[in-house]
Formats: sequence, structure tokens, C-alpha cells
Amino acid sequence: MDRLGNGIEAGRLTPAEYESNFADLHPRLDSHEALVASDRCYFCYDAPCMTACPTSIDIPLFIRQISTGNPIGSAKTIFDQNILGGMCARVCPTETLCEQVCVRNTAEDRPVEIGRLQRYATDIAMEQGRQFYSREASSGKTVAIVGAGPAGLAAAHRLAMHGHSVVMLEAREKAGGLNEYGIATYKAVDDFAQREVDYVTAIGGIETRNGVALGRDFSLSDLTAGYDAVFLAMGLAGVNGLGIEGEELEGVEDAVDFIAALRQADDKATVPIGRRVVVLGGGMTAIDAAIQSKLLGAEEVTICYRRGKENMNASAYEQDLATANGVIIRHWLAPKAILGKDGKVAGIEVEYTAMRDGKLVGTGETGVIAADQIMKAIGQSFLASGLGALQIERGKISTDIEGRTSVEGVWAGGDCIGLREDLTVSAVAQGRDAAESINRVLAAGARPAIAVA
Amino acid sequence: MADIRNNFVGIKSPNPFWLASAPPTDKAYNVERAFKAGWGGVVWKTLGEEGPPVVNVNGPRYGAIWGADRRLLGLNNIELITDRDLYTNLREMKQVKMNWPDRALIASIMVPCEENAWKAILPLVEETGADGIELNFGCPHGMSERGMGSAVGQVPEYIEMVVRWCKQYTRMPVITKLTPNITDIRKPARAARAGGTDAVSLINTINSITGVNLDTFSPEPSIDGRGSHGGYCGPAVKPIALNMVAEIARDPETYGLPISGIGGVTTWRDAAEFLVLGAGNVQVCTAAMTYGFKIVQEMITGLSDWMDSKGHRSLDDITGRAVPNVSDWQYLNLNYVSKAHIDQDACIKCGRCHIACEDTSHQAITNVVNGIRHFEVIEEECVGCNLCVNVCPVQNCITMEPLAAGDLDKRTGKVVEPTYANWTTHPNNPMSRQAAE
Repeated sequence: MDRLGNGIEAGRLTPAEYESNFADLHPRLDSHEALVASDRCYFCYDAPCMTACPTSIDIPLFIRQISTGNPIGSAKTIFDQNILGGMCARVCPTETLCEQVCVRNTAEDRPVEIGRLQRYATDIAMEQGRQFYSREASSGKTVAIVGAGPAGLAAAHRLAMHGHSVVMLEAREKAGGLNEYGIATYKAVDDFAQREVDYVTAIGGIETRNGVALGRDFSLSDLTAGYDAVFLAMGLAGVNGLGIEGEELEGVEDAVDFIAALRQADDKATVPIGRRVVVLGGGMTAIDAAIQSKLLGAEEVTICYRRGKENMNASAYEQDLATANGVIIRHWLAPKAILGKDGKVAGIEVEYTAMRDGKLVGTGETGVIAADQIMKAIGQSFLASGLGALQIERGKISTDIEGRTSVEGVWAGGDCIGLREDLTVSAVAQGRDAAESINRVLAAGARPAIAVA
Repeated sequence: MADIRNNFVGIKSPNPFWLASAPPTDKAYNVERAFKAGWGGVVWKTLGEEGPPVVNVNGPRYGAIWGADRRLLGLNNIELITDRDLYTNLREMKQVKMNWPDRALIASIMVPCEENAWKAILPLVEETGADGIELNFGCPHGMSERGMGSAVGQVPEYIEMVVRWCKQYTRMPVITKLTPNITDIRKPARAARAGGTDAVSLINTINSITGVNLDTFSPEPSIDGRGSHGGYCGPAVKPIALNMVAEIARDPETYGLPISGIGGVTTWRDAAEFLVLGAGNVQVCTAAMTYGFKIVQEMITGLSDWMDSKGHRSLDDITGRAVPNVSDWQYLNLNYVSKAHIDQDACIKCGRCHIACEDTSHQAITNVVNGIRHFEVIEEECVGCNLCVNVCPVQNCITMEPLAAGDLDKRTGKVVEPTYANWTTHPNNPMSRQAAE
């Protein structure tokens, strides 16, 4: 163990530190805590929290069910709208969704702990293996889903419920998408993402094929020819580059790869981390990468964001979490060049920025931050391949509100479409709604009209 | 500073807060602690006749109901009268009274409905130096099955008879404790007065089952799978007790009869409400059993500070002050019109006032105005019922605003009359006393 070793090294901490650093961020409420927390819900009429939830979970009802000692009934209320309610309870930015609009904020500046209550109920039901849904009689129809992330899983479950057979085609080794590969470790401990995949697919009628990628192993036209309907939910496979000098140096890495590798590592002590880490970007990925760098034992972790605090995509809560973990967040700094020594990262030259006439510009003033490791978290992009004539708009798949694309029999949802925010919960809503749209068409035995001309 | 010294039928105590006859007053140890904490008096846990004492169950004696955050709202018990030897109690009472001469010490008594039983115990109690006796005609469980407690309190003739014996055989003031497990509380109060009682105290506990275990189907508290109705007390019974106190206070046949108010007194406010409805002092049990004896300090300071703020100098200034305002429905002013008003700055937009009014009342509160979630009163529909005030989670957010005489009531289209008019003279009343024109 060399806590202060320069360069990128594994094993900076003691086993006890690794265990404590990557433990559950917010452990599940115990039953007493859940009762106290649920007592605070006013059971609002036409509740704002419910409106704010992208999946429209009946929040007052599920909380009331907890307060009356019925967590199982509560879980069903949640799963009725959101079969991935367990993960959403862990990763939803509730501070900008349901909890932001809770009337308790007006009353006393402290919302009902909706996210933690949701986890309480869903955890109990999942631990007891309670399945609330069964499949309708087989429709004889088969639907292909590309991508087994939140949107794909939500769609698969709903389609299976309606009696259709589902084949999920997943490029990676495991299902779960960003829930498995993109979420900070401390938000979904104990292999929760895989346990949730198992819980969702336990309904039956869902076959998952791993290691097969659209554009490489099959094309969209293969799917439209072989299946009654197709749902595209492959997320964003591309990562934006910096386009600056030094990007090829050893020690420059995409934050999403770092987060994924860390999630997949059984022993966190094997994951190398720099003594000094600079993370570029201002979203949730940047925050997750920065905090976890710190938790792996990096001495100094700096987030550089080229705009101001108010422009950051990461919520105020996430920013506070980062700074509470010792991450330094610096605003109005743009990367100019990555500096190297012996082919390895030695630092980063940054330029100060400002808004002038409504435009972000460099001020000409520069500085250098010493670093062993640079992580890029400046956005992901949709990599289109094998999609044929499918209409793409502003780099993402065009759909209507039900998820119908420009191609007959093809729906899309999740991060690969241009609608709404790129949140897990939004992806779940889109997958669920697309499944209902597909079911309407399949049930009618008719082909859909082309929605996006 | 307000003088809260209490003189109740000649029994003096430094404040009007007595501990009721109950588990907290079963022995010297507890009573000593209570007096140290500041209680003005205690009614010693009910004494039975000489001989082998009663026995209690060895399982749970108490059941409860709770509000939010498990705040205890109602308690019930199936404990009987003291299960300690009569002479042990008498000896301790005498010692405690000697130690605390400025505090009130009352002996609660329950013996069989036979003249000799009362005649035998009264001199023994008198010898302790106790300031008075309280006749336990109230306990609704256990002892009532043996012809005592509420079995006596439910028969006015028995009450009168026993009170008469007690007045005959002791010089001590007699307080008759009444059971609420009866349809008209005025009847036993009148009987007690007819027997010559110095005061009544009420209410004793209410027959109750606090809950049922849904796994075993046993009532709670469960004794080996069975339960029995217990006596209900605590904050939940206060409204019932207030009404019964007021009924006796305003009944012409018992008017002026001193009342010791009991039933859910938890704070100084509760106590003050009993006092203004005609009680000369109050007795407390559940609040002490929930929080310990220290709560009396909140009661003493709260009552005193309130009296100071209102300019009330002594308890006599406040006792019974609300009694003239307790009326029969038929005399309520039908020309009084009020409308709900929602303070939009205080409103947190939970929507409960809307849904309560929409689903269960008069459809007089909006939900959406111009496409925006907004809650305001529709005066054309509002009957002024007060339901919205009661369900609103924010205190003083919704208020009932009376219309002034001459204002238009938008619901009825009529102008508010300046005069008082009640049902007795209303044209719709078939028994109307108004002279035919």
C-alpha cells in the first residue's frame, strides 16, 4: 500500500477503507424509520410529487401503504408504474423531481423522503421474491429489443406481461445497461442491478442474448424481417472527445469506462487511480467519477467545468456530495492541452473562460493543474450503425410521444432518442409506454402508421 | 403573578393539578416523587376492604392507540384497585401526609355496597390525616363484575345511598367519582348531590377495546390469547370528558356543585379548558404515565403565564367562565354566517381542503384556476362548515371569517341580519314559538 505514490496505482487504501468507502450511500430505512418518514406524508390530492415523477408513480398511496404496515402492497403500487422502481429509488435525482415539489418544502423546507421510502418498500418485496405480474396467454408475437438497459427492461417486462415473446439483444456481457455499468458503486451495492434484472425477467417470456451488437452482428432490417416489432434502446455508445493536444497520453481515460471498470471490479483494491486526478465535465458522470476517484484514495481530485455552477447538469445535491467527499469543483476553466512526461500524463493546461456577448470564450489567461490522471466526462453520443433509413434528428433517433420511429414496426426509447431528460426513470417511462404502443398495434393485428415522416 | 393556589371543597393545594387515583399513586415511593416534582395533590390509588387484597393479571394491563410518530393518544387499562394490603397503604398515606402537609392527599375508596363495609373503612382512612375521600364508582373493569365501581356508578339510587353513608360516617369531604359509561351524566351527578356529596369528579375511564391482534384474533391487551374491555383514558377522551363536565356545570339541579375535572388532561391548555367549563381543579393520570411527573411543571407555568397574559388573578376568576356559553343547539344563532378563507401565503398546496370539500361536503374549494393548481374558497357554495380548517395541515392557514351584518351571503343571496335568531322561532320549525301573524 502506497497511499501517496505518484502515478496511477491500485491498492492505495486498507481493505477496511475500501469496504467503508464503497458501502451503501443511503442504507435502507428500517421499519421504524420508514414509519416516521411515512407519517410526514400529507396524502395530498393531485399530488405534485406524482406529477413530477416521469413514471407517474402514485406516491401518496405507496407511502400511505407503508404507514399502515403494508410494504408489499406499497411495492406493487410502485411497480405498477415502474418495474425498475428499486433502482430508481437509488439513483433518481429525487431532489429535482418528486422531492423538489413536495409540499413539505413549503411547510418546513424538508421534503418527505420519497426515494428512501420507495427503496424500503421495493427492497422488501424483492427480497421476498414477490412477483406481482403474470403473463397473459401467449399472443404468438415476438418482439426484438436492442439493449437491455432500463428502457429495454421496462419494455420487455410490459410486453411479456401482455403475452408477447421478447428477445433482448445486448452488446455487453451483462444486462442492465447503465444500471450495471454506469452507476456509482455506492448507489447500487450488493450487485443490485443484476438482482433487479433477474427480478424483472422472472416474469418469463424474455430471452436475453448477450454480446451481440447492432451494426456488427445484425442490422435493423434483419430485425424487422424476423420479428413482429422492434424496440431500439441501445443508449449512447459513443463518448465525446476533447480534440486537444495530449489526449492520447497514458492516463487519459473516459469517465464512463472508469466507472464501468470500477463497478465490475469485485475487489476495489485492484482498481488503479492517480494520486492527482482531474475530471473534465459538469454532469452526473463527472461527479460520480470524481467522488469515486477520491474514494479509491486519490489525494487530490479536481473537477474542471468550463461554465458556472448554475450551468452544471449535476444537481446541487450531487455537487454537495462531491465537495463533502473532498472533491474540488472549479468553474470557468476549459482544457487547453494535456501535458505529458515520458508518455504519461503530468498535468493539464487550462484556460479561464467567461461569457461575453452571450458566448463562452477563453480569456487568454491560463494555468496548469498537476495530474497523473485525466478523466473525460464531457458527454456521450449516439453511434448510429446498421439502422438503414431510420430518421435521425440532432444525432438521436426521432420518435413521437409513444416511441414510434420513422420506420414501420420500429419503436425507440431511452437515451438514444431525443425526448426528455437522460434519466433512468425517463428511460423506464419510455420503455413502458413504447411497450403499450407496441401492444396496441400487435393486439389490433395491424401495422402502425408511420409517425415521423 | 397569578395566584394558582387551589381550594377545593376546603382542601387546599398549591396548584390545581392533582394526580388521579391510578397506578402512579399506588404507594409512597411514587407519591413522594410526584410531590417533589410539584404536583398539588394526589388521590391515592383506590383502597379496598380489609383482608386478602385483590390480585391483578400477570400479563399486559395496558393497551393504546397512537397518532403520527407513535404519539400516544389513548390508553386503556385492566388494572384493578390497589393489590397491596390495606394497612400498608394507610401507614404510607399517613407518613406522606406528614411529610407534605401543604399538599392534598385524598383517599379513593371502593368497598362493597354495604353500609358496614363503608362504616368500617372510613375511620381508618380518617386516622391517616387524609384531606378527603373519593368514592370510586367508576372503574369499568373487573371490580364492576363484583358489584362495585361502575356497577354502582350506573345506578343513581346506589350512588345516593353510599354517599349518604359516607357523609354520615366521616367528617372528611366526600368527592364522588362518576363513570362515563352511562347515557346521561346528569343523573348520577344529581344522585350524588342528593346524597349530600361535597363534589363530583369525572370522568372515570370508558369501556374500550384498543385493538385486535390480526394474527391471533385476540383483543389487545392480550392475556394468553384473550382480552377484556378496559378503561379508556388519555388525550382521546378529553372531548367526552369536557362535555360531561359542562353538562353537570350547567344543569340547574347540580349547578354550583364543585367538580374535579378528569379526562385526557395533558397540557396547561387542557387543564384551563376543564376549569373554564366549571371544574374547580383537575386530575391527571395518562400524561404522567406517558411522560413522567415532570410534566406538571409545564402545566403550572403554562396556566400561570396564560392567566397573567389575560389578567386573571386567581382560579376563581376563571372557573366556570365558559359555562354560560354552553348552549343547546336550538339556541344557536342561525343569523351568524361565516365563510372559509385561505391564506394563500401560508397555503402549501396539499389540496386536502379541496378534496375533503369536493368529495364529502359542499364543492366549495377550487383545485385548478386558470390551469394552475390553486385552492380558494367559492363563497357561493361555502356553508362555513369548518371541515377544511380541520383537515388543513397548516395551522391558521384556513380561517373562518364571519360576515358582518349587512354583508351579502353569496350562497343564499341574502343579506346577513344584525339580529339573533334561532331554531325555536324559525318558520321551518313545526314547534315554532313565534306568534302567528
